[in-house]
Amino acid sequence: MSGLRRLFRNARLIDPESGRDSIGDLIVVDDRIAAIGAKISGEGLGADVEIIDVGGLCLAPGLVDMRVQLREPGSEHIESIESGSRAAAAGGVTTMVALPNTEPPVDDVSVVEFLARRAREVKLAKVHTYAAATKGMEGKELTEIGLLAANGALGFTDGVKAIADALVMRRVLAYARTFDQLVIQHPEEPSLGGAGEVNEGEVATRLGLAGITPAAEVIMVERDLRLVAVTGARYHVAHVSTAAAIDAIRRAKADGLPVTCDTAPPYFALNETAVGDYRTFAKLSPPLRGESDRQAVVAGLADGTIDAIASDHSPWDQDSKRLPFSSASYGIVGLETLLPLSLELHHNLHLSLIDVLRKLTIAPARILGLGVGRLTPGAPADLVIFDPAAKGRIHTDEFRSKSKNAPFDGRPVQGRVERTVVDGRTIFERAA
Amino acid sequence: MDSHAYRHRHLLGIEGLTREDITYVLDRADTYVEMNRQAEKKRSLLRGRTLINCFFENSTRTRTSFEVAGKRLGADVINMAVAVSSMRKGETLIDTAMTLNAMHPDVLVVRHPESGAVQLLSEKVDCAVINAGDGSHEHPTQALLDALTIRRRKGQLGGLTVAICGDVLHSRVARSNIALLNAMGARVRVVAPRTLLPAEVEHLGVEVFHDMAAGLADVDIVMMLRLQSERMHGSFVPSTREYFHFFGLDEDKLKAAKPDALIMHPGPMNRGVEISSTVADDIDRSLIREQVEMGVAVRMACLEIMAGTLGNNPPIK
Repeated sequence: MSGLRRLFRNARLIDPESGRDSIGDLIVVDDRIAAIGAKISGEGLGADVEIIDVGGLCLAPGLVDMRVQLREPGSEHIESIESGSRAAAAGGVTTMVALPNTEPPVDDVSVVEFLARRAREVKLAKVHTYAAATKGMEGKELTEIGLLAANGALGFTDGVKAIADALVMRRVLAYARTFDQLVIQHPEEPSLGGAGEVNEGEVATRLGLAGITPAAEVIMVERDLRLVAVTGARYHVAHVSTAAAIDAIRRAKADGLPVTCDTAPPYFALNETAVGDYRTFAKLSPPLRGESDRQAVVAGLADGTIDAIASDHSPWDQDSKRLPFSSASYGIVGLETLLPLSLELHHNLHLSLIDVLRKLTIAPARILGLGVGRLTPGAPADLVIFDPAAKGRIHTDEFRSKSKNAPFDGRPVQGRVERTVVDGRTIFERAA
Repeated sequence: MDSHAYRHRHLLGIEGLTREDITYVLDRADTYVEMNRQAEKKRSLLRGRTLINCFFENSTRTRTSFEVAGKRLGADVINMAVAVSSMRKGETLIDTAMTLNAMHPDVLVVRHPESGAVQLLSEKVDCAVINAGDGSHEHPTQALLDALTIRRRKGQLGGLTVAICGDVLHSRVARSNIALLNAMGARVRVVAPRTLLPAEVEHLGVEVFHDMAAGLADVDIVMMLRLQSERMHGSFVPSTREYFHFFGLDEDKLKAAKPDALIMHPGPMNRGVEISSTVADDIDRSLIREQVEMGVAVRMACLEIMAGTLGNNPPIK
């Protein structure tokens, strides 16, 4: 063997694609996984092989986060490709896909090329982007879906805005299918969600805040599913949060429609009571729901209806959140809490460890058509080493992200990223 | 002349015509191609007959083609641009038809922006009606002239593979051509982004493609359709740049077709949108100007056949 060689020894190798969960070794040559097995002899690798003793910790494919906002170009004071990539590295995320809601938005080939160049320069986690489905994300005219896809856009979405007009959505789906492209919807009927700030119900009523009915989500999802049946396009629902929408997706999958969905940790780790006392850090879109919906999200993850977990990383500076509730921005940062919060599903016995990792690796990679998220010889050496049992607390002031807006400060968690590897390069290693 | 070879009073569409009907029209048109190339082009076959070109939608080439055809056969030709007259004054289509009918025309050539309008008008008049294009429905003389152009170059229509590319959704030319080519035993493909294809178009007897390289593979004829610029920016396709990149005919995409494949376009062309100038102006492969020539011959044949079915005009009641 030639090239730069690394032997990861004594690891609990977890590969959701193959189902492997066993102690063993893994060899990386240059940027690729070269071999994986129960016990690989270091002999024959030559003298200059770097041996890393994993000490029985988990070694899994690097996490694939299919929904982040990086704010570059346009709002680099809130987050940038570089700061977001450092946050990703610390969170064990080796591939992430950014939403197109930048300034200017990603609705033109030149912006896709700019992002690709910035990601190459930063050279930490792999950064991909979605492109806008409609020009300026205004929900009216199609973007150049064919050219954008040819230049690397991984899917088409209007970001944190729903594609509201049914005819426009139909044409987006039909046109995207022409090029076999994925369409990702923010599932909220805007005429119902419109002025809302929190989930509609007792909590909203007591706080005197405008509510968004959970029905706004299923109405949009069910409408879209009918358009998917008409057009045959690949359709993905972002951050599902309600039992009704999950039921609709479950039925659509049973009917064989090409539909997938994800959720984000807040929707299974929190419920609407987190906004009590007007905590703007818990202001999200879609809003945190009631406890029965939260339980439905957990059930949807457990039965496979929800394919993937994404961080929905939405950085905001203090000025955007230290405001009266109605004026505050929607969203929380999530790259650095994605793994420990997702592991709660395992520690609480809802999902096995390998099933949690599946939703963070191979499942989103398959939806996106990326050749990552697997421990297979020949695959890119994108890896995360983590201790699933390590106890600790989330400290938002330790985030690498430029923004610290998360309602999880002080939350006790179990699970800690020790090392993150992208294309064979270690991009993060926990200080001893 | 076998006057029983075309048994219809009107020419409203290709759908419903038999292979024999079509062959008869093409055979008659063939004779006019030669005649039109002579110095003396005038005949008196339609002497005393009145042809009214009744266009409810703007047209230059089709109207002129019918006008030339009518005059060469000796008919009195009147052009009515209805879009700027009675329609503006609120007259209904049926009233316009009744009014025209009272003037005892022998043939009405009608174009209308609404599908089915020409048939509606034909039900209210005593003369023959030729559909010169109704909405997104049919444009039968265009399909006949396309067929004549192909037949003269390739010898026959049966067994050929024809790719119709572009805005099939809005195209009456595409619908008429699909019907005609199927009737004549050609294999028909349509190639377009999904936003420009009507639902269940495969039930019309076509193979559907969304990729030019696959759709043009080994075809004999590439028939490009006009993309209407008013529909360009907006929701059907994102931009002329993207449209040309993926669906515009250029030399590169044409390589997939047979080496002797021929190129057609009903006109008027959007150069750089659905077709590159290099391809459109390729004298060895482009039939675009020949189509215009065949258009006059086909329309003369249609007028002759229509007039042949007519007797004296009945009194108006």
